[in-house]
Amino acid sequence: MPKKIVINDASEEFLRKIIELSGEVITLCDQCGTCSGGCPFVEEMDITPSQLMRKVQLGQQDVLESKTMWLCATCNTCTVRCPRGLDLSKVAEGLRQVVLRQAIDNLDLNNYPKEEIKELPQIAIIAAIRKLTS
Amino acid sequence: MKIPYFPGCSLKTSAKNFEISAISSAKVLGIDFVEIPRWNCCGVVSSLSSDDLMHHLAPVRNFVRVLEMNKTKMVENEKRMLTLCSMCYNTLKRSNQRVKNNPEELESINNFMYREEEYDGSVEVIHYLQLLDEIGFSQMTEKVKNSLENLNVAAYYGCMLIRPKEVGIDDAEEPEIFEKFLSALTAKPVAWNAKKRCCGSYLTVNNKDVVVDLAYGILNDARKNGADLIVTACPLCAFNLDNRQKNVLEKHPDFKTIPVLYFTQLMAIAFGLDEKSFGFELNYIKPNDVLKEKVFK
Ligand code: SF4
Ligand code: SF4
Repeated sequence: MPKKIVINDASEEFLRKIIELSGEVITLCDQCGTCSGGCPFVEEMDITPSQLMRKVQLGQQDVLESKTMWLCATCNTCTVRCPRGLDLSKVAEGLRQVVLRQAIDNLDLNNYPKEEIKELPQIAIIAAIRKLTS
Repeated sequence: MKIPYFPGCSLKTSAKNFEISAISSAKVLGIDFVEIPRWNCCGVVSSLSSDDLMHHLAPVRNFVRVLEMNKTKMVENEKRMLTLCSMCYNTLKRSNQRVKNNPEELESINNFMYREEEYDGSVEVIHYLQLLDEIGFSQMTEKVKNSLENLNVAAYYGCMLIRPKEVGIDDAEEPEIFEKFLSALTAKPVAWNAKKRCCGSYLTVNNKDVVVDLAYGILNDARKNGADLIVTACPLCAFNLDNRQKNVLEKHPDFKTIPVLYFTQLMAIAFGLDEKSFGFELNYIKPNDVLKEKVFK
Protein backbone atom coordinates (compact mmCIF):
# COMPACT_ATOMS: atom_id res chain seq x y z
CA MET A 1 0.00 0.00 0.00
CA PRO A 2 1.44 3.40 -0.83
CA LYS A 3 2.31 5.47 2.20
CA LYS A 4 0.58 8.78 2.50
CA ILE A 5 2.53 11.75 3.73
CA VAL A 6 0.32 14.26 5.47
CA ILE A 7 1.41 17.83 5.81
CA ASN A 8 -0.76 19.86 8.13
CA ASP A 9 -0.45 22.95 10.28
CA ALA A 10 1.32 21.04 13.03
CA SER A 11 3.96 19.70 10.69
CA GLU A 12 4.52 23.11 9.15
CA GLU A 13 4.83 24.63 12.58
CA PHE A 14 7.36 21.98 13.56
CA LEU A 15 9.48 22.66 10.46
CA ARG A 16 9.30 26.38 11.17
CA LYS A 17 10.42 25.84 14.73
CA ILE A 18 13.45 23.78 13.76
CA ILE A 19 14.39 26.27 11.04
CA GLU A 20 14.22 29.01 13.64
CA LEU A 21 16.22 27.16 16.30
CA SER A 22 18.90 25.95 13.89
CA GLY A 23 19.06 29.04 11.70
CA GLU A 24 19.31 26.66 8.74
CA VAL A 25 17.02 26.81 5.70
CA ILE A 26 16.22 23.12 5.96
CA THR A 27 14.00 23.21 2.88
CA LEU A 28 17.14 23.71 0.78
CA CYS A 29 18.26 20.14 1.40
CA ASP A 30 17.98 18.21 -1.84
CA GLN A 31 18.58 14.80 -0.28
CA CYS A 32 21.89 14.18 -2.03
CA GLY A 33 23.04 11.98 0.84
CA THR A 34 26.55 13.44 1.12
CA CYS A 35 26.06 13.96 4.86
CA SER A 36 25.05 10.34 5.44
CA GLY A 37 27.94 9.07 3.33
CA GLY A 38 30.58 10.73 5.48
CA CYS A 39 29.03 10.61 8.93
CA PRO A 40 31.26 8.59 11.27
CA PHE A 41 28.24 7.54 13.34
CA VAL A 42 25.86 6.56 10.55
CA GLU A 43 26.13 2.83 11.28
CA GLU A 44 24.84 3.39 14.79
CA MET A 45 21.96 5.62 13.75
CA ASP A 46 18.42 4.38 13.20
CA ILE A 47 17.80 6.96 10.48
CA THR A 48 20.61 8.52 8.47
CA PRO A 49 21.42 12.23 8.73
CA SER A 50 19.81 12.89 5.33
CA GLN A 51 16.69 11.00 6.42
CA LEU A 52 16.61 13.19 9.48
CA MET A 53 16.69 16.24 7.23
CA ARG A 54 13.85 14.85 5.11
CA LYS A 55 11.71 14.12 8.13
CA VAL A 56 12.18 17.64 9.41
CA GLN A 57 11.33 19.04 5.97
CA LEU A 58 8.07 17.12 6.12
CA GLY A 59 7.50 18.21 9.68
CA GLN A 60 7.33 14.65 10.98
CA GLN A 61 7.65 15.03 14.71
CA ASP A 62 8.42 11.35 15.27
CA VAL A 63 11.95 12.34 14.22
CA LEU A 64 12.29 13.30 17.89
CA GLU A 65 12.12 9.63 18.84
CA SER A 66 15.10 8.78 16.66
CA LYS A 67 18.55 8.22 18.17
CA THR A 68 20.23 10.07 15.33
CA MET A 69 20.26 13.55 16.84
CA TRP A 70 21.75 12.18 20.07
CA LEU A 71 24.52 10.43 18.13
CA CYS A 72 25.43 13.51 16.13
CA ALA A 73 28.52 14.73 17.99
CA THR A 74 28.84 17.96 15.99
CA CYS A 75 31.93 16.65 14.22
CA ASN A 76 30.98 18.94 11.30
CA THR A 77 32.18 16.50 8.66
CA CYS A 78 28.88 16.94 6.83
CA THR A 79 28.86 20.69 7.44
CA VAL A 80 31.98 21.26 5.36
CA ARG A 81 30.70 18.97 2.57
CA CYS A 82 27.03 19.79 2.15
CA PRO A 83 26.60 21.10 -1.41
CA ARG A 84 23.68 23.25 -0.24
CA GLY A 85 25.78 24.83 2.48
CA LEU A 86 23.61 23.45 5.26
CA ASP A 87 24.87 22.79 8.76
CA LEU A 88 23.18 19.60 9.82
CA SER A 89 24.79 19.72 13.25
CA LYS A 90 22.69 22.80 13.97
CA VAL A 91 19.54 20.98 12.91
CA ALA A 92 20.44 18.13 15.26
CA GLU A 93 21.00 20.67 18.03
CA GLY A 94 17.62 22.24 17.34
CA LEU A 95 15.94 18.84 17.61
CA ARG A 96 17.79 18.03 20.83
CA GLN A 97 16.74 21.38 22.25
CA VAL A 98 13.06 20.69 21.53
CA VAL A 99 13.33 17.60 23.73
CA LEU A 100 15.69 19.00 26.36
CA ARG A 101 13.54 22.08 26.86
CA GLN A 102 10.80 19.78 28.07
CA ALA A 103 13.26 18.75 30.79
CA ILE A 104 13.70 15.30 29.25
CA ASP A 105 17.35 14.31 29.51
CA ASN A 106 19.18 11.86 27.30
CA LEU A 107 21.85 11.11 29.86
CA ASP A 108 21.57 10.02 33.46
CA LEU A 109 24.94 9.80 35.10
CA ASN A 110 23.38 8.37 38.26
CA ASN A 111 22.92 5.13 36.39
CA TYR A 112 26.56 4.85 35.41
CA PRO A 113 29.02 2.61 37.20
CA LYS A 114 31.10 4.78 39.52
CA GLU A 115 34.41 3.31 38.31
CA GLU A 116 33.56 4.26 34.73
CA ILE A 117 32.76 7.85 35.65
CA LYS A 118 35.96 8.13 37.63
CA GLU A 119 37.95 7.19 34.55
CA LEU A 120 36.43 9.96 32.46
CA PRO A 121 38.13 13.32 32.10
CA GLN A 122 36.00 16.36 32.93
CA ILE A 123 36.13 17.56 29.34
CA ALA A 124 34.07 14.48 28.37
CA ILE A 125 31.63 14.77 31.24
CA ILE A 126 30.97 18.48 30.85
CA ALA A 127 30.57 18.18 27.09
CA ALA A 128 28.11 15.30 27.45
CA ILE A 129 26.13 17.12 30.12
CA ARG A 130 26.02 20.25 27.98
CA LYS A 131 24.77 18.39 24.92
CA LEU A 132 22.58 15.69 26.40
CA THR A 133 20.89 17.17 29.45
CA SER A 134 18.61 20.11 30.02
CA MET B 1 56.84 37.72 23.18
CA LYS B 2 54.14 37.90 25.86
CA ILE B 3 50.74 36.61 24.93
CA PRO B 4 47.51 36.10 26.93
CA TYR B 5 47.05 32.38 27.41
CA PHE B 6 43.75 30.58 28.04
CA PRO B 7 44.47 27.16 29.56
CA GLY B 8 41.00 25.75 30.06
CA CYS B 9 40.08 23.07 32.58
CA SER B 10 41.75 20.04 31.02
CA LEU B 11 45.18 21.59 30.89
CA LYS B 12 45.04 21.97 34.65
CA THR B 13 43.88 18.38 35.22
CA SER B 14 43.84 15.46 32.78
CA ALA B 15 46.09 17.23 30.29
CA LYS B 16 48.71 18.75 32.59
CA ASN B 17 51.32 17.15 30.38
CA PHE B 18 49.99 19.30 27.52
CA GLU B 19 50.46 22.49 29.50
CA ILE B 20 53.84 21.68 31.04
CA SER B 21 55.36 20.67 27.74
CA ALA B 22 53.85 23.66 25.93
CA ILE B 23 55.02 26.30 28.37
CA SER B 24 58.52 24.94 28.72
CA SER B 25 59.07 24.47 25.00
CA ALA B 26 57.60 27.88 24.21
CA LYS B 27 60.26 29.46 26.43
CA VAL B 28 62.91 28.03 24.13
CA LEU B 29 61.29 30.00 21.31
CA GLY B 30 61.04 33.14 23.41
CA ILE B 31 57.27 32.91 23.80
CA ASP B 32 55.92 33.71 27.22
CA PHE B 33 52.41 32.38 27.95
CA VAL B 34 50.78 34.84 30.34
CA GLU B 35 47.89 33.02 31.97
CA ILE B 36 44.69 35.02 31.86
CA PRO B 37 43.74 36.04 35.42
CA ARG B 38 40.37 34.66 36.60
CA TRP B 39 39.73 32.77 33.37
CA ASN B 40 36.65 30.57 33.41
CA CYS B 41 35.60 27.39 31.62
CA CYS B 42 34.68 28.05 27.98
CA GLY B 43 31.79 25.59 28.15
CA VAL B 44 33.66 22.88 26.17
CA VAL B 45 31.09 22.65 23.38
CA SER B 46 29.56 25.48 21.42
CA SER B 47 25.87 26.17 21.84
CA LEU B 48 24.42 26.20 18.37
CA SER B 49 20.79 27.22 18.73
CA SER B 50 19.94 30.64 17.43
CA ASP B 51 18.16 31.69 20.63
CA ASP B 52 20.77 30.46 23.09
CA LEU B 53 22.85 33.47 24.03
CA MET B 54 23.40 32.49 27.63
CA HIS B 55 26.07 29.92 26.87
CA HIS B 56 28.15 32.49 25.01
CA LEU B 57 28.61 34.51 28.17
CA ALA B 58 31.43 32.32 29.45
CA PRO B 59 33.60 32.84 26.37
CA VAL B 60 32.86 36.58 26.28
CA ARG B 61 33.83 36.94 29.94
CA ASN B 62 37.22 35.51 29.04
CA PHE B 63 37.59 38.04 26.22
CA VAL B 64 36.95 40.81 28.71
CA ARG B 65 39.81 39.44 30.80
CA VAL B 66 42.12 39.84 27.81
CA LEU B 67 41.09 43.48 27.46
CA GLU B 68 41.85 43.97 31.15
CA MET B 69 45.30 42.43 30.71
CA ASN B 70 46.04 45.06 28.10
CA LYS B 71 44.79 47.81 30.37
CA THR B 72 46.90 46.71 33.32
CA LYS B 73 49.90 46.22 31.04
CA MET B 74 50.25 42.51 31.77
CA VAL B 75 50.69 42.36 28.02
CA GLU B 76 51.55 45.11 25.55
CA ASN B 77 48.89 45.71 22.96
CA GLU B 78 48.29 42.00 22.51
CA LYS B 79 44.68 41.10 22.00
CA ARG B 80 45.28 37.63 20.68
CA MET B 81 44.08 34.93 23.04
CA LEU B 82 46.23 31.85 22.80
CA THR B 83 44.67 28.40 23.19
CA LEU B 84 46.18 24.95 23.22
CA CYS B 85 43.13 22.72 23.67
CA SER B 86 41.37 22.43 20.34
CA MET B 87 37.95 22.25 21.96
CA CYS B 88 38.53 25.50 23.83
CA TYR B 89 39.86 26.99 20.63
CA ASN B 90 36.78 26.00 18.68
CA THR B 91 34.24 27.03 21.30
CA LEU B 92 35.87 30.38 22.05
CA LYS B 93 36.37 31.21 18.41
CA ARG B 94 32.78 30.35 17.50
CA SER B 95 31.40 32.54 20.28
CA ASN B 96 33.69 35.35 19.27
CA GLN B 97 32.54 35.14 15.66
CA ARG B 98 28.94 35.03 16.71
CA VAL B 99 29.05 38.16 18.83
CA LYS B 100 31.22 40.01 16.31
CA ASN B 101 28.72 39.27 13.56
CA ASN B 102 25.69 40.09 15.70
CA PRO B 103 26.10 43.44 17.42
CA GLU B 104 22.62 43.23 19.01
CA GLU B 105 23.56 39.94 20.65
CA LEU B 106 26.81 41.41 21.90
CA GLU B 107 24.88 44.33 23.32
CA SER B 108 22.56 41.98 25.21
CA ILE B 109 25.53 40.14 26.65
CA ASN B 110 27.27 43.36 27.60
CA ASN B 111 24.10 44.61 29.26
CA PHE B 112 23.75 41.40 31.18
CA MET B 113 27.35 41.61 32.38
CA TYR B 114 26.99 45.28 33.28
CA ARG B 115 29.57 45.07 36.04
CA GLU B 116 32.21 43.94 33.57
CA GLU B 117 34.07 46.09 31.13
CA GLU B 118 32.27 46.18 27.75
CA TYR B 119 33.46 43.65 25.24
CA ASP B 120 34.08 45.39 21.92
CA GLY B 121 34.81 42.38 19.76
CA SER B 122 38.49 43.20 19.48
CA VAL B 123 39.98 39.97 20.83
CA GLU B 124 41.22 37.33 18.41
CA VAL B 125 41.22 33.67 19.39
CA ILE B 126 44.17 31.75 18.00
CA HIS B 127 45.55 28.26 18.34
CA TYR B 128 49.19 27.66 19.26
CA LEU B 129 49.86 25.91 15.94
CA GLN B 130 48.79 29.09 14.17
CA LEU B 131 51.13 31.17 16.27
CA LEU B 132 54.04 28.84 15.56
CA ASP B 133 53.22 28.98 11.87
CA GLU B 134 53.10 32.75 11.96
CA ILE B 135 56.42 33.06 13.76
CA GLY B 136 57.78 30.58 11.24
CA PHE B 137 58.02 26.85 11.86
CA SER B 138 61.65 27.07 10.75
CA GLN B 139 62.43 28.86 14.03
CA MET B 140 61.75 25.54 15.71
CA THR B 141 64.16 23.67 13.48
CA GLU B 142 67.01 25.81 14.76
CA LYS B 143 66.24 24.72 18.31
CA VAL B 144 66.14 20.99 17.68
CA LYS B 145 68.68 19.17 19.84
CA ASN B 146 67.29 15.64 19.56
CA SER B 147 66.66 14.81 15.94
CA LEU B 148 63.33 13.13 15.26
CA GLU B 149 64.34 12.06 11.76
CA ASN B 150 63.68 8.38 12.49
CA LEU B 151 60.31 9.03 14.04
CA ASN B 152 57.21 8.48 11.92
CA VAL B 153 54.41 10.58 13.30
CA ALA B 154 50.71 10.61 12.46
CA ALA B 155 49.25 14.08 12.94
CA TYR B 156 45.67 13.73 14.16
CA TYR B 157 43.58 16.80 13.42
CA GLY B 158 40.26 15.41 14.59
CA CYS B 159 37.38 17.85 14.18
CA MET B 160 37.80 20.98 16.22
CA LEU B 161 41.00 22.33 14.66
CA ILE B 162 39.67 22.29 11.12
CA ARG B 163 35.87 22.37 11.17
CA PRO B 164 33.66 24.20 10.50
CA LYS B 165 35.46 26.10 7.74
CA GLU B 166 35.10 29.56 9.24
CA VAL B 167 36.73 28.32 12.45
CA GLY B 168 39.38 25.95 11.10
CA ILE B 169 43.07 26.78 11.28
CA ASP B 170 43.62 25.19 7.87
CA ASP B 171 41.75 23.70 4.94
CA ALA B 172 38.89 21.50 6.17
CA GLU B 173 39.56 18.66 3.73
CA GLU B 174 43.28 18.87 2.99
CA PRO B 175 44.92 20.39 6.05
CA GLU B 176 48.69 20.37 6.22
CA ILE B 177 49.68 22.74 9.01
CA PHE B 178 50.26 19.87 11.45
CA GLU B 179 52.49 18.04 8.97
CA LYS B 180 54.49 21.22 8.37
CA PHE B 181 54.91 21.51 12.11
CA LEU B 182 56.21 17.94 12.30
CA SER B 183 58.64 18.39 9.42
CA ALA B 184 60.03 21.53 11.03
CA LEU B 185 60.65 19.49 14.19
CA THR B 186 62.58 17.07 11.93
CA ALA B 187 60.00 14.29 12.43
CA LYS B 188 58.57 12.33 9.50
CA PRO B 189 54.86 12.98 9.02
CA VAL B 190 53.01 9.92 7.73
CA ALA B 191 50.22 10.12 5.18
CA TRP B 192 47.12 8.45 6.55
CA ASN B 193 43.38 8.40 6.05
CA ALA B 194 41.94 8.84 9.51
CA LYS B 195 43.62 12.11 10.43
CA LYS B 196 40.41 14.14 10.32
CA ARG B 197 37.95 11.43 11.33
CA CYS B 198 35.99 12.11 14.53
CA CYS B 199 37.11 10.09 17.58
CA GLY B 200 33.59 10.08 19.00
CA SER B 201 34.06 13.08 21.26
CA TYR B 202 31.83 13.16 24.35
CA LEU B 203 29.93 10.08 23.21
CA THR B 204 32.71 8.34 25.12
CA VAL B 205 30.47 8.94 28.16
CA ASN B 206 27.29 7.21 27.04
CA ASN B 207 28.31 5.32 23.88
CA LYS B 208 31.63 3.88 24.88
CA ASP B 209 31.45 1.02 22.37
CA VAL B 210 31.01 3.39 19.47
CA VAL B 211 34.07 5.34 20.58
CA VAL B 212 36.12 2.19 21.11
CA ASP B 213 35.31 1.10 17.55
CA LEU B 214 36.19 4.51 16.14
CA ALA B 215 39.44 4.58 18.11
CA TYR B 216 40.32 1.10 16.88
CA GLY B 217 39.85 2.23 13.28
CA ILE B 218 41.84 5.43 13.70
CA LEU B 219 44.72 3.82 15.61
CA ASN B 220 45.00 0.92 13.18
CA ASP B 221 45.07 3.28 10.25
CA ALA B 222 47.98 5.13 11.84
CA ARG B 223 49.83 1.87 12.45
CA LYS B 224 49.10 0.55 8.98
CA ASN B 225 50.66 3.67 7.49
CA GLY B 226 53.83 3.22 9.48
CA ALA B 227 53.32 5.62 12.39
CA ASP B 228 55.38 5.15 15.54
CA LEU B 229 53.12 7.50 17.41
CA ILE B 230 50.21 9.91 17.00
CA VAL B 231 50.11 13.57 18.00
CA THR B 232 47.00 15.53 18.92
CA ALA B 233 45.98 18.94 20.23
CA CYS B 234 42.82 17.81 21.99
CA PRO B 235 42.50 16.42 25.53
CA LEU B 236 39.25 14.65 24.63
CA CYS B 237 40.78 13.02 21.53
CA ALA B 238 43.73 12.08 23.74
CA PHE B 239 41.41 10.31 26.14
CA ASN B 240 39.52 8.49 23.40
CA LEU B 241 42.63 7.51 21.46
CA ASP B 242 45.05 6.91 24.32
CA ASN B 243 43.20 5.81 27.47
CA ARG B 244 40.54 3.97 25.52
CA GLN B 245 43.24 1.67 24.11
CA LYS B 246 42.61 -0.27 27.29
CA ASN B 247 39.07 -0.96 26.05
CA VAL B 248 40.26 -1.55 22.49
CA LEU B 249 42.56 -4.27 23.84
CA GLU B 250 39.72 -5.88 25.75
CA LYS B 251 37.76 -6.12 22.52
CA HIS B 252 40.65 -6.94 20.20
CA PRO B 253 43.38 -8.78 22.13
CA ASP B 254 45.72 -8.80 19.12
CA PHE B 255 45.65 -5.00 18.82
CA LYS B 256 49.07 -3.39 18.87
CA THR B 257 49.06 -0.26 21.05
CA ILE B 258 50.45 3.04 19.83
CA PRO B 259 51.42 6.07 21.94
CA VAL B 260 49.39 9.28 21.58
CA LEU B 261 51.24 12.48 22.52
CA TYR B 262 50.36 16.13 22.62
CA PHE B 263 52.22 17.94 19.87
CA THR B 264 53.92 20.07 22.48
CA GLN B 265 55.41 16.99 24.14
CA LEU B 266 57.15 16.31 20.86
CA MET B 267 58.51 19.86 20.94
CA ALA B 268 59.88 19.35 24.43
CA ILE B 269 61.56 16.12 23.31
CA ALA B 270 63.04 17.67 20.19
CA PHE B 271 64.29 20.73 22.06
CA GLY B 272 66.15 18.46 24.46
CA LEU B 273 64.31 19.62 27.55
CA ASP B 274 64.28 18.00 30.93
CA GLU B 275 62.16 14.84 31.25
CA LYS B 276 59.96 16.65 33.77
CA SER B 277 58.60 18.83 31.00
CA PHE B 278 57.48 15.80 28.97
CA GLY B 279 54.88 14.82 31.56
CA PHE B 280 54.69 11.21 30.34
CA GLU B 281 53.13 10.08 33.62
CA LEU B 282 49.76 11.22 32.25
CA ASN B 283 50.10 9.36 28.94
CA TYR B 284 48.36 6.00 29.17
CA ILE B 285 50.39 4.20 26.51
CA LYS B 286 53.97 5.12 27.35
CA PRO B 287 56.13 6.36 24.50
CA ASN B 288 59.42 5.61 26.26
CA ASP B 289 60.28 2.46 24.32
CA VAL B 290 59.71 3.88 20.89
CA LEU B 291 61.57 7.07 21.82
CA LYS B 292 64.50 5.06 23.12
CA GLU B 293 64.62 3.15 19.88
CA LYS B 294 64.14 6.06 17.49
CA VAL B 295 65.27 9.24 19.25
CA PHE B 296 67.40 8.74 22.36
CA LYS B 297 69.64 6.12 20.83
S1 SF4 C 1 24.58 16.90 2.34
FE1 SF4 C 1 23.21 18.69 2.60
S2 SF4 C 1 21.85 18.68 0.81
FE2 SF4 C 1 22.86 16.65 0.90
S3 SF4 C 1 21.36 15.39 2.03
FE3 SF4 C 1 22.82 16.19 3.54
S4 SF4 C 1 21.89 18.09 4.32
FE4 SF4 C 1 20.81 17.54 2.42
S1 SF4 D 1 27.97 16.69 12.30
FE1 SF4 D 1 26.64 15.06 13.07
S2 SF4 D 1 25.49 14.31 11.29
FE2 SF4 D 1 27.21 15.53 10.52
S3 SF4 D 1 28.80 14.02 10.08
FE3 SF4 D 1 29.15 14.78 12.19
S4 SF4 D 1 28.04 13.38 13.55
FE4 SF4 D 1 27.29 13.02 11.44
